[in-house]
Parts: sequence; structure tokens; C-alpha cells
Amino acid sequence: MSPRAQVYILAALLALMGAGLTAYKHFELGFPLLPGEYRTVWTIEAKVRFNADGGPVKAALTLPRAQRNMEVLGETFSSSGYGFNIIHEDDEYRAVWARRAASGAQSLFYQLDVHQTPGAALEQPLDLSTEVTKPFLGAREQEAVRLAIYSLVDSARERSSDTKTFTTELLTALGDKRNQDRNLIFGFYKDRSLVDVALLVLAAADIPAHRIRGLYLEDDRRRLDPEDLLEIYDGKRWVVFEPVSGSPGVPKNFFIWQRGGKSLLDVEGGRDSGVTFSVISNDVPARDVAMLSTSQEKEALVDFSIYSLPIEQQSIFKLILLVPVGALVVVLLRVFVGLRTSGTFMPVLLAIAFIETQLLTGLSIFVLILILGLWVRFYLSRLNLLLVARIAAVVVTVVILMGAISVVSYKLGIEQALTVTFFPMIILAWTIERMSIVWEEDGPYEVVVQAGGSLLVAVLAWWVMTNRFIEHWTFNFPELLLVLLGVIMIVGNYTGFRLGELARFRQLVR
Amino acid sequence: MQLPSFLRGGLVSPFTLRKLGVLGMNARNVHYIARYNDRDKYPVVDDKLNTKRAAKRYRIPVPELIAAFETQPSRSRVMQVITPLQKFVIKPARGSGGKGILVITGRDGDDYLKPSGNKVTALDIQRHVSNIHSGLYSLGGKPDRVMIEALVDFDPVFDRYSFEGVPDIRVIVFRGFPVMAMLRCSTHASDGKANLHQGAVGVGIDLSTGKSCHAVQRGVRIEKHPDTEMPFSDLVVPDWGDLVRLAASCYEMTGLGYLGCDIVLDRKRGPLLLEANARPGLAIQIANGIGLRTRLEHIEAMDLEQLEKNVEERVNYSMDYFAAESIA
Repeated sequence: MSPRAQVYILAALLALMGAGLTAYKHFELGFPLLPGEYRTVWTIEAKVRFNADGGPVKAALTLPRAQRNMEVLGETFSSSGYGFNIIHEDDEYRAVWARRAASGAQSLFYQLDVHQTPGAALEQPLDLSTEVTKPFLGAREQEAVRLAIYSLVDSARERSSDTKTFTTELLTALGDKRNQDRNLIFGFYKDRSLVDVALLVLAAADIPAHRIRGLYLEDDRRRLDPEDLLEIYDGKRWVVFEPVSGSPGVPKNFFIWQRGGKSLLDVEGGRDSGVTFSVISNDVPARDVAMLSTSQEKEALVDFSIYSLPIEQQSIFKLILLVPVGALVVVLLRVFVGLRTSGTFMPVLLAIAFIETQLLTGLSIFVLILILGLWVRFYLSRLNLLLVARIAAVVVTVVILMGAISVVSYKLGIEQALTVTFFPMIILAWTIERMSIVWEEDGPYEVVVQAGGSLLVAVLAWWVMTNRFIEHWTFNFPELLLVLLGVIMIVGNYTGFRLGELARFRQLVR
Repeated sequence: MQLPSFLRGGLVSPFTLRKLGVLGMNARNVHYIARYNDRDKYPVVDDKLNTKRAAKRYRIPVPELIAAFETQPSRSRVMQVITPLQKFVIKPARGSGGKGILVITGRDGDDYLKPSGNKVTALDIQRHVSNIHSGLYSLGGKPDRVMIEALVDFDPVFDRYSFEGVPDIRVIVFRGFPVMAMLRCSTHASDGKANLHQGAVGVGIDLSTGKSCHAVQRGVRIEKHPDTEMPFSDLVVPDWGDLVRLAASCYEMTGLGYLGCDIVLDRKRGPLLLEANARPGLAIQIANGIGLRTRLEHIEAMDLEQLEKNVEERVNYSMDYFAAESIA
């Protein structure tokens, strides 16, 4: 295979790999492609309250089960003085607080952060019992209620074709205040809620059903009681109904806490117990959400990456990851334009210094140091020093100049110039040395051309490197470096003319 | 101060250049230098001391080497070498682009004279030697070696075509076949230097006859030398056949497929190889007013049998095939 073909294949592979990893991170792990994306994170707090009798206390709260469209980012429990653990029983997780002795009002907290993701709310099939326990309605005083229930069931059955439509009809009838049967049933079961009654009627109709407890996620809600949904089994699968409207499906921002199962809260050794919920929404940068949700799963791509480093090192890497971008700018300008610079990648180092110092400050400091350095260097050249000693002398001079610039500008109140320390001193010293040689051999004009070319490239590189998209991509998708590598390889294969050559060879065209 | 050449006049279409067979820098690097010049053969041309040794082996005439300092010499050692000399050249062995070359053409008591007439003291020369050693002129700043060469006794034939400096002839040799040649004449504007971008005149030389066919200064075609007013149409390089043969034999000496040979004419010894270059520039196209690519592609299309010809056959082929008339 010719080297050229190898380059293209390798570059294509690298680019594919980089793009693939990026796509995976974006679509699967939720890393935002564009900077400044925010996601809503809901903080839900469950507060368990009860009055302890003075003896041993044990409180068990059912914890929300994994829900497909809600990603739990983190959870905290707080309960001073209580022993705490999480137990797993009957396909449910329960938080259990216990204490040898407690009296008076007690509050226990459980808090979790969730983030809504697109997708279906519930997984099918669900391993829940489809057994129906027929309600006992044989007692004498229940005669009227029983008739009313069966009348409701019959009329709903007549107006429906299957279990689903039957349930909708039934719920509509139960919500209709003009319906005599419904009023009779609610008159008998005075303290029952709509879902309680619906469950009773469904059982009478021989349809497996249970309740779903949960919360509607709305911002800034406090002291919420859990809301109920109804889930019925239509013979093949479980279908969720919103009891008031009677429409199937989980409402959009409903957070499911408990599905089927028993009680939400059990308290032993206490009275007047209850759970209330409060919900707050926060807008969090999308990247932080992705980081949180992947840190729990120990995603290898994230776990073995720069993100696992301490924050301080990460910010250093933020800068380092920009270097390849600067290198690409240099490659493009040299291969496609043909700009002459002093030192191939010196402009990239300058551009990094400019990032720290701001452009105009950086440019003026660079030009100032270059001019002063050249001036000193011309004097040094008359002293007949050995080259290494002379360059070291220039380095010392540069450092002294930097110090002087910092101090003088600080006294003058120009604090920006303090960032002068970000300039790479050794590179500056070498640049001064080379420039002075160029001055001696090719004249000051060539010095201006080369210094100007370097500065132009440095400014362009700075401009690209400070672009907020570039910054975002290099840091959040370091795998894009593979794509960049592929691009550089392909550019390295470019054999066409440079822009400068179109002018240089102008005379050949007549 | 004059505007840089790229600001005057416009751009031309890359397709036109391609049609004319002009070779660009990127194409030269990828298609010719990377493909035909093996890395391991670079030291022969990148180090002028190596070039000189190899040339001796292949009986290629070169300027006489007076002394070479492999390590940093003591002051007395330098003085011992240069004190008896009247004319000499100090060069870095690995210098690039003509940097670091100090030419001494005479003496003024204890001082030395540059071609421009400026005086140079012995101390200046010692410092220059020290600078070369420290790697000031070599690529990447690596420590370098110093060579002191006899000044070539230039053939006076070009005296009227060159101002202050020394004209040399650049021949591009591709796979052993000379493909293009030019003469570089320094001018007042170029300050005695033979670099075209500094204002030296590039004179395209017809490979078959050694006559000038085209002359360019700063990208503009000229007919006469700007300082001496000599018309280039009368210019003929003497011993042209020998010169082209010398260039062609550098292929065997260096093993490099794409090669630029810099040759000077000595009054008595004839053509001498000054240096060889593994990355010859593209200005030769401007001097000749023709693109290189067409000629290179003609050689590339040859079969193995044609490529195995000896120096004499190759030179004859080139002189015949690349004659100026056949191209124009």
C-alpha cells in the first residue's frame, strides 16, 4: 500500500474513532455538544414526621425505584441520632431509621437529585402480581353499593371494547358528579380517595390493578402529599392511568416513587406519622449533570480521563489541550498560505501567553521585550561571549525586563501587565538571538517580516484558541484530538500550491 | 523601502500554474524530496565536510580545504591557521541558506578585508569561529564544525555580470538527469549576496548550450544586469559540458534522487562543486520562466533501463531533451 493511501486510511480511522467517541459521549452520556447548555435538575426532599412514644423507634420509608426517564444523580439521608441502613425486600428498597429511645416530634430527611431524560417512564414487563382479590360486598348494608358498583362496571363494559377503554370509561364515570351510582359509592366510602374506589371497582370487575405513588415535578412546591396513579393489567401488559382525566400513560413530569407494593411509610414506636415532599428545580450546566450521572456508573471513558484528575490539574490541561489546536493553525498557515515565522511552533507558545495576558497587553509586552532584548543583545555581541553564555545572558535580561515591567506597571496601576510572567522566557531569549542574527545577515526588514509573521500566526492561533466552542470541545471531548490528528495528517499530504506561491510564480504565467 | 513582492500584482490561478507544470513547495516536499531522498543519505550533503570527503572519493573537483576544526579550537590554533592566509572562506559545516559564511579577500596589516572592503579583526574571526561551533548557524542549534576553505579563484568570465559577489550555478539533478540550471548573479540591491529573494538576478541557462535564455530580478524579467548594464543575451557559461557532467555525477556521489548542485567556475580548475543541497529551492523556475514539474514527470515516466544509464549518457540525454528550444 502506498504511503499516501495509508495516510488516508489511518486519518479516516482516527477521525472515525474520535467522532464515534464524541457521539457516544454526547448521545449516551449526555455531554453537551454546545457550550452553555443547561439541564433542569430536580431536588426532591422527603420529610418523615412523627411523634415518638419514648420507646424504641423504627421508621421505614420506601425509596423510589429506578425509573427509565429519571436519572438519579445523587441522594442524601439525614437523621441525627438515628441508625440508618437501606434494605431490599419484595423488589423494593426501603430506608430504615432506627433508634433505641426517642420522644417528641421527630423529623427525618431523604433528599435526592434527579434529572429527566427522554424515554419511556416504565419498563415492561413488570414482575408484579396479577392476582385479583375480589372485594367482600356480601353484607346486607352493602347491597346498594354492590348494585351501584356492578351497574358502573356493566355500563362501562358496554361502552368499551377492551380493558383499556373500559378503565377510561370507568374513571370518567367515577369523576362524573352527576352519576348517581358514583355518588352512592362515594357516599358509602366517605373517607376513600378516587384511586381507592377505582381500585375497588376494578377488583370487582376482575381486573388486576394497583396504585402508583409519586410526585409531579413542579418548581418550588413544598409540603406536597404524594399523588396516586392507577396501573391496570390488560392481559398482556401494565398500563398506567391518570385517575382524574382517565387517560392512559404516565404524565410527563411525574416522578414515580412507589409502584404497587405496600405502604409508603411504616413507623413503629411513633404516632401521627406522615411523609411530605418538597420539590425545587435547579438549572445546572449540562456537563456537570453528565459528569454526575456517569460518575456513579464508573463509565470507563470518563473515569480514565482528565476528569478524574484534581480540579487544579484539570485547569492546566484545559490549556494544554488547546496546544494541538494552535499547532493545527500553524500547519494550515504554513501549508496553505506559506507564512514565514521565526521558529515553527513559537507562535503557539505566544498564543498561550496571550490567552493569559489578554491580546493587547500580550502584544505590547512581547514587542517591548523583543525591542529591549534586541538592544541588549546588540551590546552583548560586542563583548565576544560564547554563544551559550550569551543566550543565558539574554535569558537573564529577559527575566529582569519582565520583573521591571511588572513592578513599573504595578506602580502605575496597570495590573494587567503583571501577567507578563506567562511568557515563555527561554523561547523569548532564543527568538531575540535568532532575530538579531537575521538582523545582521538579512537586515531589519527581514526581522520585521519574520516577527510580523510570527505575531500574525500567534494572533490567529490565539483567536481560534479562545473561541468558546473550541475551548468547550477540546476540554469536554478530548477524543476530538484524534480527529484533529487525522486532519493534520491529511493536510500533511497536500501537494497543491500555497497561497504565497500564487503570487510568487505570477511571472511564469504570461 | 520596497514593497514585498507578494504585495505587488495579483494572484494567479492554481490551475494555470498546474497546467504550466510549475512545482509548488508542498508538492516538492511530498512528491520529490520525501520520495526520492533517503533520510540516511542527508548527512552527505547537510555536512559540507562530508560532501568534500565524498567528492574526493568520486574525483569530483571541490575548492581546496585548508583546515577543519572539529572541536572548539584555541585562539592560537585559529591564528596559526589564518595568519599566513591572504584569501579564504570560513564556513559552518552544517550551515543552511548561506548563513555564517565569512569571505576574506585580502589583508590590511593585521586586519582582514571582506569583499565589500570592510575590515575584520582577528578577534572578530575568532568570535565567528566560536559562534559557528556553538551552533548558531546550524539547524536546531546543534554544535557545528568549522571549515576554512581556499577562496575560489573565480573565472573572470562573469565579472561583468556580477556586482561585488560571486556568481554560482545551480543545477537541479533528478535521478541523475540534469533537468534545469540557473546562474545567480549578485547585484548592488542584493548586497553582494546570491539569494534571489534579496534582489539577486536569476539567469536561466539553456541545458544544451550553456547560454542564457531568461533573466529575472525580483520576479520581473530583465534583459541587462541592473548594475553593469551587460545584456544577458551574450552570456555563455564556458566548459558547459564539463559542468553538467559534474552535476550529474553528484547523483552517484550522494545517492539522492532530487538534488541541487551549486557549482562555481575556477579560473584554472574549471567547474568546482561548492555544495550539494537535498532541498533545493524553487526559484530556479522563476529564473528560467518554466515549470520544473513537466521535466521531472518526464524523467519519472522512464523505465528502469533508461534510468540505469551512466553519467555521459544521462548528460547527453538531458542536453538533448531539455534544450531551451524544445521547450519553448
